[in-house]
Amino acid sequence: MEEINALFHGFSVALTPFNLMLMVIGVVLGVLIGVLPGLGGANGIAILLPLTFTMPPTSAVIMLSCIYWGALFGGAITSILFNIPGEPWSVATTFDGYPMAQQGKAGEALTTAFTSSFIGAFFAVVMITFLAPLVAKFALQFGPPEFFSVFFLTFCSFIGMGKEPPFKIVAAMMLGFALAAVGIDTVTGQLRLIFGWHELMRGFDFLIAVIGLFGIGEILLSMEEGLSFQGRTAKINMRIVIETWKKLPKFWLTSLRSCIIGCWMGITPGGATPASFMSYGIAKRMSPDGGKFGTGMPEGIVAPETAAHAAGTAALLPMLSLGIPGSPTAAVLLGGLLIWGLQPGPLLFVEQKDFVWGLIASMYLGNIVGLIIVLTCVPLFAAILRIPFSIVAPVIIVICAIGAFTVNNAMLDIWFMLLFGVMGYAFKKLSYPLAPLVLALVLGDQAEDAFRQSMLISQGDVRVFFSNGLVGSIMALGLLMLFWPLIGRMKAALRKSAA
Amino acid sequence: MANKQDSGEVVPSGISVRAAEIAVALFLLTLGGLVMYDSVRLGFRWVGDGPEAGYFPFYIAVLICVSSLGVLSQVFFGKRRGEHKVFVEWDQLRLVLSVLVPAAIFVFGIQMIGIYVASVAYIAFFMVWLGKYSWFKSVLLGIAVSVATFMMFEIWFKVPLFKGAFNPLSFLGY
Repeated sequence: MEEINALFHGFSVALTPFNLMLMVIGVVLGVLIGVLPGLGGANGIAILLPLTFTMPPTSAVIMLSCIYWGALFGGAITSILFNIPGEPWSVATTFDGYPMAQQGKAGEALTTAFTSSFIGAFFAVVMITFLAPLVAKFALQFGPPEFFSVFFLTFCSFIGMGKEPPFKIVAAMMLGFALAAVGIDTVTGQLRLIFGWHELMRGFDFLIAVIGLFGIGEILLSMEEGLSFQGRTAKINMRIVIETWKKLPKFWLTSLRSCIIGCWMGITPGGATPASFMSYGIAKRMSPDGGKFGTGMPEGIVAPETAAHAAGTAALLPMLSLGIPGSPTAAVLLGGLLIWGLQPGPLLFVEQKDFVWGLIASMYLGNIVGLIIVLTCVPLFAAILRIPFSIVAPVIIVICAIGAFTVNNAMLDIWFMLLFGVMGYAFKKLSYPLAPLVLALVLGDQAEDAFRQSMLISQGDVRVFFSNGLVGSIMALGLLMLFWPLIGRMKAALRKSAA
Repeated sequence: MANKQDSGEVVPSGISVRAAEIAVALFLLTLGGLVMYDSVRLGFRWVGDGPEAGYFPFYIAVLICVSSLGVLSQVFFGKRRGEHKVFVEWDQLRLVLSVLVPAAIFVFGIQMIGIYVASVAYIAFFMVWLGKYSWFKSVLLGIAVSVATFMMFEIWFKVPLFKGAFNPLSFLGY
């Protein structure tokens, strides 16, 4: 019951008029970011991060996490009305969402999507409330080998769970690690990989990479599609909402299953996108109406939306309790912690109770605020999508440039942003995944430190990673993930030869 | 803008996926080589108290090279090597470049005349050129965006933005 007390304390921290105002601003900005092409959750937060330098950390994180909730909600609007997934995790929502909109049931589809998102996020927040303190308490006993093994598992999960070709996942991830290594080596103080170019001494900031890869890259991709969006209009009023809510309870099993899939995929960094596809696929197989999926079934919206939001929210659990983010957006929030002078990791739950519980309480409140705002303001947000791209695109590029500059007050970073943009465009089209690249760039130094500290402790003996049950089993799980694509292929080959 | 392929299907012309795959893989291979070169300079061996500074980057570089060679081998010997897919059609590429090139000029502009003035010019130019808006509307919107960012950053949040090598707004005193 300790958690309940702490949570109520959190509510008292989060429920000030100032914080509530930040929540509303955050959610509205977030939905805007989710709706506009080129501004997603991760780079939207990255751009706004420097503006929160002067705020108290708790208020800052409340606003930024609300932007995240808003962006999660916003992705569904473009998927359903315009058949354009605003975020990768809303791709599966277009399968049944857009057909519903074409049949004139856009309001019903949106209500279904928002409600499912809310349920998924709520489920994940409850899980965070009770699980995160336990994980943090457990992780307090972690030494460098244990931390390295968690990093190892994180990165291997990308290979095991990723939909992209394994070679490309490894290449993208290693590129992230290489970029992270640029600059001063934290152990020996030597300058690495700067090739005499002293401006590189600071290294590559991952916020720049996020703004370039996701922001500029996305703009270039949407430019390919031409300049106009064709969308459906939606009417949402109380009657439609109530009518839809009456129909939703019969999907409780799909919903519960999607919540569990989402939480699992969010904690292990499979991420929201595979979670939404997996959940959609399983729902299609299990549902009695499975054959009609893709023609506008509400259940086909419930499954991916619930799972995506559960995963997006659950990705904050390892970020809060271990200091290891499960998604690019969580990584940006983690970067925020460092900027506000907080040390991420298991000690956060001991030393920064107000911050942690204020954040967790704000997740409950932020999602409620979010649900109300999106249900009432859909026409407004849809109108924004009708602003011509020739106005939106330059304004977004200007905003990205400003965001890139403010990270370190460095002009060079704006050039890097442009380079990362071109890279993001090419990588995305060739299905090199961007999430492992960004996470490797964020965690590269820490992972290397953990590895080298473990080596110092064991005097160069690699067996330290299998020296006790805990670290050994995490490493074994990591290895299993690493070789999962090979194991899958071998299984398929065996089945073929048996048949 | 379409060629007839042997199979009889119409394939729009442009840069092929194959060429793009090869270009990206070679780019990664070069990067891997560079990283490896510098790691060797730093020392990549395992000494008494653990790895040297170049140890981690060295093996990262090895993995970059191995995986980009893997991608290359799939392009040349993989099951789908015969497919002719288009990475980007020429028309699409033209649209993409019409964003990218002005964006690069914009960044150069920031370096010279600062974010605020460059933004006005960039937004106005983009709207007139691609959106066919009137000069008046376009410049007005550009100025509105710049004034809004100026208020937000310089005045409310006290975050100074880059004013450029030749600061044309120096008379404002910021």
